[in-house]
Amino acid sequence: MSASASASVAAARPSFLAPYLGLFRTRLVRGLAYRAAAAAGVATQFFWGFIMISVFQAFARAGLSPLDPREIASYVWLQQAFLVLVVVWFRDAELIRLITTGDAAYELVRPVDLYAQWYARLLGGRLAGAALRSLPILLVAGLFPEPWRFRLPPDLAQAGLAFLALALAAALTVSVSLFAYILALVTLQPYAAFILLAPLAEFCSGLLVPLPFLPDALRRVLELLPFRAMLDLPARLWSGSLTASDSLRPFALGLAWLLVLVPLGRAALSAALRARDVPGG
Amino acid sequence: MIEVRELRKTYRVRRRRAGLGAALSSLVHPEWSVVEALAGVSFSVAPGEIVGYIGPNGAGKSTTIKVMSGILVPDSGSCVIKGRVPWKERKAHVAGIGAVFGQRTQLWWDVPVSESFELLRAIYRVEPAAFRKRHDELVEALGAGELLGSPARSLSLGQRMRCELVASLLHGPDLLFLDEPTIGLDAVSKLAVRDFIARENRERGLTVILTTHDVHDIEALATRVILIGRGSILFDGGFAELLAPRRDKGVERALAELYGELGIA
Repeated sequence: MSASASASVAAARPSFLAPYLGLFRTRLVRGLAYRAAAAAGVATQFFWGFIMISVFQAFARAGLSPLDPREIASYVWLQQAFLVLVVVWFRDAELIRLITTGDAAYELVRPVDLYAQWYARLLGGRLAGAALRSLPILLVAGLFPEPWRFRLPPDLAQAGLAFLALALAAALTVSVSLFAYILALVTLQPYAAFILLAPLAEFCSGLLVPLPFLPDALRRVLELLPFRAMLDLPARLWSGSLTASDSLRPFALGLAWLLVLVPLGRAALSAALRARDVPGG
Repeated sequence: MIEVRELRKTYRVRRRRAGLGAALSSLVHPEWSVVEALAGVSFSVAPGEIVGYIGPNGAGKSTTIKVMSGILVPDSGSCVIKGRVPWKERKAHVAGIGAVFGQRTQLWWDVPVSESFELLRAIYRVEPAAFRKRHDELVEALGAGELLGSPARSLSLGQRMRCELVASLLHGPDLLFLDEPTIGLDAVSKLAVRDFIARENRERGLTVILTTHDVHDIEALATRVILIGRGSILFDGGFAELLAPRRDKGVERALAELYGELGIA
């Protein structure tokens, strides 16, 4: 082999990101195969969407709502369409099996960072789920009569911001959900771990009740937590109830939380692995 | 290639007694017992050796393998493999070793085997050309060609083990840990696995550490055995030498008698 040929082969060594991109892509492609689960999810999400919109629009008719009825509809449909990007309870069954059987430790025989590896696979799985569910929900909900209709944001800039916020929401949700997997690794009770974390995140992110409906004092506290950017920020940007300029502070706060939660989760995972030696033979 | 000195590892195991009363009291006063898995283990392995690492269930074999493959941190002692301490430089260390754990899979369960291999290429960051060459050699040597399109979950144990062996060597390591690679395999697959390991050792100088309960694996492959019992090394030398006084009884019975005499059965 000539020198130039071997140089080009050396240059072809995959980048340090290749392992994580590979894991991400594999989960994404596999996730797209779960169509029946997605179809069932879409049906459930329409049902929930109608109930939530009915309830909160009733508040609006009584003059008790901080959001107008059309904002409520867009908020709820966006939430339902991208639910698997932003809820903690959307779990990776295979990863949970690895954790409860103790096989998780064997993942360490690969030359990759375990936290980054899990992060990549969870993000891939969530994107696959969202890709299957979001379009049918948004397309159909876009055809509903007012005030039930899913509407586009007021302008293109706001739409772009809402998409950025959705990406931040997905990144934050994965980093928060990883704490449930880490807790499961310590307690070996994945169900308990998710039961602890998922409802907390749902309430604090505005999934059960949009945050503007909550008492001011409580709302001001919740707006400081990482959960806010997991749903409230993208859904209210999209529905137009939050202006672009008002979104800067929550954006910065969400990003700051991400920069805290990722290293924290990484440290927690390696501590949990050390605490849980896998005995055997 | 491998230098292991005075390796110690104890596990804390939660003790549970039978009955409702005991279950309730363990909520308040959990009882722990300490299991000494490795009680000062030392050995060294030279490049190109095939070492059979044997001993009864619970002797500490898998624990040693886990320490050497960087997934378990010992309590004390040292282990240096190719100049690195596995648990201190884990990523650099594992990039240069292969490992097959017979009772677990390193293939992705619901993904076609070929995709698992492709993913391993990304994970080990192997150049495409080198990967292709190594891949084709390994697949051919193990007759795994027709298995590539199936997901791991639909393979039989023997088929899966062939794919596991391909997977463990795709990145071209010169050291391979095999933890019970022939467990549950039929005669044909067992022979295929043995022949393959012998060939990789002969032709590429692959160093192999093999744990197994199948004495025929040891007989066929290992020129040297290390016997571990209750966390200590009891013998290190030739297999024939180990069984010499009992040879006429057949290897299986001879080994069982030896375990009995050593009080480690």
